[in-house]
Amino acid sequence: MTNPMDTDPPAGHSNLRRVRLIVWAIVLIALLALAFFWLRPVVSTSGEVTQRADPGSSNFQLGGPFTLTGADGKPFSSASLAGTPYVMFFGFTHCPDVCPNTLARLVRLRQQLGKGETPFQIVFVTVDPERDTPEAVGSYAKLFNSPIIGLTGTRAQIDQVAKQHAIYEAKVPDASAPDGYTMDHGAAALLFGRDGKFVATIAQEEGDEAAIAKLKRITA
Amino acid sequence: MMKPCLLALAAVAATSATMAPTGVQVSGWARPTVNGQSSAAAYLVIRNYGPGADRLVSVSSPAANMAGVHRSQISGGVARMRSAGSIVVPAGKMLAMAPGGLHVMLMGLRNPLRTGATLPLTVLFEHGGERQIRLPIQMNAPYDQPHGH
Repeated sequence: MTNPMDTDPPAGHSNLRRVRLIVWAIVLIALLALAFFWLRPVVSTSGEVTQRADPGSSNFQLGGPFTLTGADGKPFSSASLAGTPYVMFFGFTHCPDVCPNTLARLVRLRQQLGKGETPFQIVFVTVDPERDTPEAVGSYAKLFNSPIIGLTGTRAQIDQVAKQHAIYEAKVPDASAPDGYTMDHGAAALLFGRDGKFVATIAQEEGDEAAIAKLKRITA
Repeated sequence: MMKPCLLALAAVAATSATMAPTGVQVSGWARPTVNGQSSAAAYLVIRNYGPGADRLVSVSSPAANMAGVHRSQISGGVARMRSAGSIVVPAGKMLAMAPGGLHVMLMGLRNPLRTGATLPLTVLFEHGGERQIRLPIQMNAPYDQPHGH
């Protein structure tokens, strides 16, 4: 054996030192784990929503009333969704992959549900209001040949609505992206019942069968 | 002396290409866009029948100001998109870009990409040289997603 760690015979001291090192390593790992769990995004991959968005409140309710701007440039109130189940997805129009994938999938699942054209509404909220004008979200929503409500707003409004829905969003500098930045954003779709109450999420990696089962719950 | 020789070589290459594929071959598809949308994604399928690994050097299209290979990643429920860095396809292997992962991001689109039309693309490889292709524009991945060979 030529492991340099094992060729060091002055036993007593080095053993003690080793124990001390191990203890410190454990403390460090514990601290890192704590930091990781505290700082990680609010929507976990399992589709369960943690309540990190508002740690001070013990009965944080995901969702709630909001006002944004519709594709027509007029205020859009969540009150206009009353009585309608809806699925909310946050993204941005300069996102050519994940966002159209998700919206196209939601449209496909809605058709597979076989309950008419709009058994639930699909609501697309931009996390990039600086670039996404009402016209931009409106035309983006039209891409999918099926009704989608595209919403934008002021930066403050968007931040508020994202927080309300526990959606992580961050502007990230990226020289290889248009205008030198890209947006990181929570990728789960949020499902709401007719009463506007949050029911479940559909995660990106979730299979169609599980997703359909959840959509059946909000449209029952 | 040189020219007929090259022509003969080219002819040999062309006939052998019809029998067994050689070098790097590229196909794929692109997502449609609407008016005012300046970014789009295209998904390439690169098959390397050459003797050695080859690297994708650049992608360009007359339909866009700029194009680059990006990678989407979803981790911890968060979607991120970053430049993909170097794309190398080993000899005898296939690389299939797909939604939610590697894709060519077209930026500064000059015109919307209409379903049913095709997108011209020039793909440059370090060893294989340039490939001019036209990708079909469609909303979803082709039914027969390629599998490894």
